[in-house]
Amino acid sequence: MSEALAAQLDLLPGYLTAHLQLALVALLLGAALSVPAGVWVTRRAALESGVLGLASVVQTIPSLALLAIMVPLLGSLGALTARAFGVALRSIGYLPAVVALTLYSVLPILRNTVTGIAGVDPALVEAARGVGMTRAQRLRRVELPLAMPVIVAGVRTAAVWVVGAATLSTPVGATSLGNYIFSGLQTRNTTAVLVGCAASALLALALDQTIRLLEAGARRRSRRLVLAASAILVALYGYTAASLAAGRLAAPRPALRIGAKTFTEQYILAELLALQVRRETGLDAEIVGSLGSTVAFDALRSGDLDVYVDYSGTIWATIMKRGGSFATRDGVLEEVSAFLAREHGIRVVGALGFENTYALGMLATRAAELGVGRIGDLAPLAQHLEIGGDYEFFQRAEWAALVETYGLRFRSQRSMDSALMYQAVAEGQVDVISAFSTDGRIAAYGIALLADERGVIPPYDAIVLAGPGVATRAPQALEALGRLEGTIDASTMQRLNLAVDRDGRAPGDVARELLDGSR
Amino acid sequence: MIELQGLCKRYGEVRAVDGLSLRVDAGEVLVLLGGSGCGKTTTLKMINRLIEPTAGRVLIDGADAAALPPHALRRRIGYAFQAIGLFPHMTVAENVAVTPRLLGWDAARVGRRVDELLALVGLEPATYRGRWPQELSGGQQQRVGIARALAAEPGLLLLDEPFGALDPLTRDRLQESFRAIRCAVGVTAIFVTHDMVEALLVGDRIAVMKDGRLVQVGSPRDLLRNPADAYVAELMDTPRRQNAIFERFLHGDGA
Repeated sequence: MSEALAAQLDLLPGYLTAHLQLALVALLLGAALSVPAGVWVTRRAALESGVLGLASVVQTIPSLALLAIMVPLLGSLGALTARAFGVALRSIGYLPAVVALTLYSVLPILRNTVTGIAGVDPALVEAARGVGMTRAQRLRRVELPLAMPVIVAGVRTAAVWVVGAATLSTPVGATSLGNYIFSGLQTRNTTAVLVGCAASALLALALDQTIRLLEAGARRRSRRLVLAASAILVALYGYTAASLAAGRLAAPRPALRIGAKTFTEQYILAELLALQVRRETGLDAEIVGSLGSTVAFDALRSGDLDVYVDYSGTIWATIMKRGGSFATRDGVLEEVSAFLAREHGIRVVGALGFENTYALGMLATRAAELGVGRIGDLAPLAQHLEIGGDYEFFQRAEWAALVETYGLRFRSQRSMDSALMYQAVAEGQVDVISAFSTDGRIAAYGIALLADERGVIPPYDAIVLAGPGVATRAPQALEALGRLEGTIDASTMQRLNLAVDRDGRAPGDVARELLDGSR
Repeated sequence: MIELQGLCKRYGEVRAVDGLSLRVDAGEVLVLLGGSGCGKTTTLKMINRLIEPTAGRVLIDGADAAALPPHALRRRIGYAFQAIGLFPHMTVAENVAVTPRLLGWDAARVGRRVDELLALVGLEPATYRGRWPQELSGGQQQRVGIARALAAEPGLLLLDEPFGALDPLTRDRLQESFRAIRCAVGVTAIFVTHDMVEALLVGDRIAVMKDGRLVQVGSPRDLLRNPADAYVAELMDTPRRQNAIFERFLHGDGA
């Protein structure tokens, strides 16, 4: 077995357990919700289409969006419960993922419960009445047993969906087999991606077959099949319950929770911060990886996250909603720090020393060919060119400002994963990309960054943010992190990113080497 | 004894049953006879309230059937369906035991009763107790259906064309069995059919229905000798007509 594979398989027990905790609990909750709801609905014909319609609508929401939407939803709900009962709900991590996956599992079970019960031969329902059963007895002794194969088939569908969708809980901060896939895609670790996909597919298959066994047993009235399938399910649920309980009892909240968004630099920096805290203070620091961009900020604000690295320009543009007019790099940093402290009680622990700014990039040879050196040079050519950007770029204030100020009208624009942009421009699939200035692949692929001569794009200083309350709870950690201020310049960051993106090094190893070297 | 007083069932403008009054004495088998859509099944279902009457009353041993909760009433009335309606997820024994169990009989009594009834309807208990309904022929299934209807020792048995869906030979055998069972149990019963021969075979008295109304009620002999109208006369004449056809074939005229 190769070393790369062995390294990934080491992570499997943890990820698999977390995945089971999400999928099995969501499935159980989904069934506990949908079967009674389905029964209730069959008793009220007027409601049937409405309830099924509502469940279908939930189903049409893409699972990733459903998961993401749970974060602000639980955040506001948490604010309410905090006011009413003094207990805030956790808006990132396990809870939003389980809630979203539960909702996701409702439709197939609900639909099959309704069709299963409606499909019971009316002659048998009449016979049940005729022999003197009450409504409840009819349901329990005749309708539910006869509808059971159909209901179980619905549970089977839900199981496959939920196991698949659970891989998408990574961006809302819940560990799952999706961690393999998200971080693997970002850090170009194909082994990780494949292990993640294979594990979740096998899990879905195994669960599906186990429930199929149960279904077949019920249909054929084979006690042995039913017992065997039940034993497997009970074992799985027992393990999940035990691991949840153990997690609750044995692992108290780590001293520090450090977040990382979904790109290489963030993985490296999170490892770096965690390592620094552990080494300097001996405190326990845990990394919550692959968070959506605003998920990380929301989590920091609500206290679900203690520390992560963001960029001054991101706060400036997406949180403060400030437009193109800004002073200097230091001026922005100052205003951002004041704003965060004032509005959210968030502290800027320090700037790491480099900027990771949005920059328009082209293949250097192509730029030379077209005579483009500055963004202004693009304006007359843009209508013949195609631009690629990461998921959020075209929604951001910077893009609007670029379009406005330079009068850019591209032939078409394509959103794609930031990990793929560089390759896309290198292969000529797009002409221009919204590059991140510290990405190592800029140099590696021979990409030239165009000058923003009219100063539209704000500065993007990498800053370490600490949530409210961290300063009092772990002052020594903040002190240790403060010592990282100004220690990483842009070329160092590029080098580190390239080591992961091109050479396939692990972010943790890269971070450790940097910290060892700087001592 | 059971008494129907002015029973009516209306669906909008349609009068499925229109002012029906009848009396069935204890131990008597009354046949409700008529063509399809005459209201005979609706009448039967109003007796155990599978259908609630629009107007009128049902008195069972003098007590109004509407005074009991429907499920309690039905546990005291055996019902055999044309569609049979055995529960496919229960064994033969479990099907027969349904109503006694609902009534809370103890297991030993239920077991004894099941065996007794299976033997009564001609199914060897040891062989058939554990079978699934799907493993039985149509005739055997209806035997179980009748055993189920009789299981809780009901004071009244309602049979809705119980042999209507069976092939002629099976039907003949079951009609014979029913006569035997009747003698053994001495039950009061209302038997719905559209088959004149069956009516003659199983009924003490016959009530002829047409368009939701009672046309005539009396012993088979009464109806044959003094039919109330042309419809009853024609109905009572069916066996003779069939026999004539048979005779013609027998003597080669019809070939």
